[in-house]
Amino acid sequence: MKKALIGKKIGMTQYLHEDGTVVPVTVCELGPCIVVQKKGAQKDGYAALKLGFSEVKELRLSKAIRSDLKKKGLKPLRHFREVDLFDDSLDVGSVVTCSIFAENDMVDVTGVSKGKGFAGVVKRYGFHGGGETHGSTFHRAPGSIGACAFPSEVWRGQGMPGRLGNMTVTVKNLKIVKILEDKNIVLISGAVPGRKNSLITVRGR
Amino acid sequence: MDIMREVEQRIMPVKRKLNFTIGDTVRVHYRIVEGNRERIQVFEGIVIASDNKGLSKTFTVRKLSFDVGVERIFPLYSTRIAKIEVVRKGKSRRAKLYYLRERKGKSAKLREKGPKAEKHSVSAADAPGEHAGDAESAGEGAPSGSDQQNES
Repeated sequence: MKKALIGKKIGMTQYLHEDGTVVPVTVCELGPCIVVQKKGAQKDGYAALKLGFSEVKELRLSKAIRSDLKKKGLKPLRHFREVDLFDDSLDVGSVVTCSIFAENDMVDVTGVSKGKGFAGVVKRYGFHGGGETHGSTFHRAPGSIGACAFPSEVWRGQGMPGRLGNMTVTVKNLKIVKILEDKNIVLISGAVPGRKNSLITVRGR
Repeated sequence: MDIMREVEQRIMPVKRKLNFTIGDTVRVHYRIVEGNRERIQVFEGIVIASDNKGLSKTFTVRKLSFDVGVERIFPLYSTRIAKIEVVRKGKSRRAKLYYLRERKGKSAKLREKGPKAEKHSVSAADAPGEHAGDAESAGEGAPSGSDQQNES
């Protein structure tokens, strides 16, 4: 069962190791998360935890969420995500902090990537495009998509222009470089999907 | 951004302040690791720029090595820097001294700061003043000359 936490991306900086090597890191605020619901095999068909994150004014929530949290005696929370039931001792109301992770742990980070709008095939699929000068008339167009006699159809998966970004993306195998437990701050090496202050889910491997 | 600044303060490996300004000549003692051995290399030159990027703050040192300009960018908060010595205080009115790249010899030098340097700068300031005076008088002379010509 993968340990997991939800939090938000704060920004990027560099981490300077003692030996002088420099690593790019993303500063993430992870937790404290509150267990809102514990799903079990009997009732729901599978085991899972529903975590809540980030306190909010009560009036900002819909009545359904507000009354659900009130019934369980929890504070009003803004964000919710379902994760694996990684610790059976957790129950509704228990608090999960970034102390579940350790430095040098490898994690997967899920978030919603930055929206790029309607993008061409060069940006969206890495097509090479054509020459810009020297008489070339083929610049950034997709080119042939199905030829003539063969295959005389457009194959499935053919890259075409369209919306890029603003999708749920998971970046796998990132290392936790540093944890500042009192601030709920975790430094993760490399880049993490999404803009600043966007919601992310971090899962252990 | 305040959280970012606090985090950067917390993870800073060495608390170091810029004890020099742009235009100073410094000696950077830089640790070089070769396998298990560690030795210190000294890089001496003029600080021509500094980039303020929080924890990633860097400064650029330029020196002439066998008449070839060599520039090196050092991360200020790196543990690899053993020591930074200031050899000479340079007088500069700019934050980026990229114009030194196009200069050679004496014109690539900066005047020294401090009481001793002030004397230098006074004498140096006198010289252009004289020139300026000459130019003015010449300028006065020329129009008057041309007027005379027009009259005649």
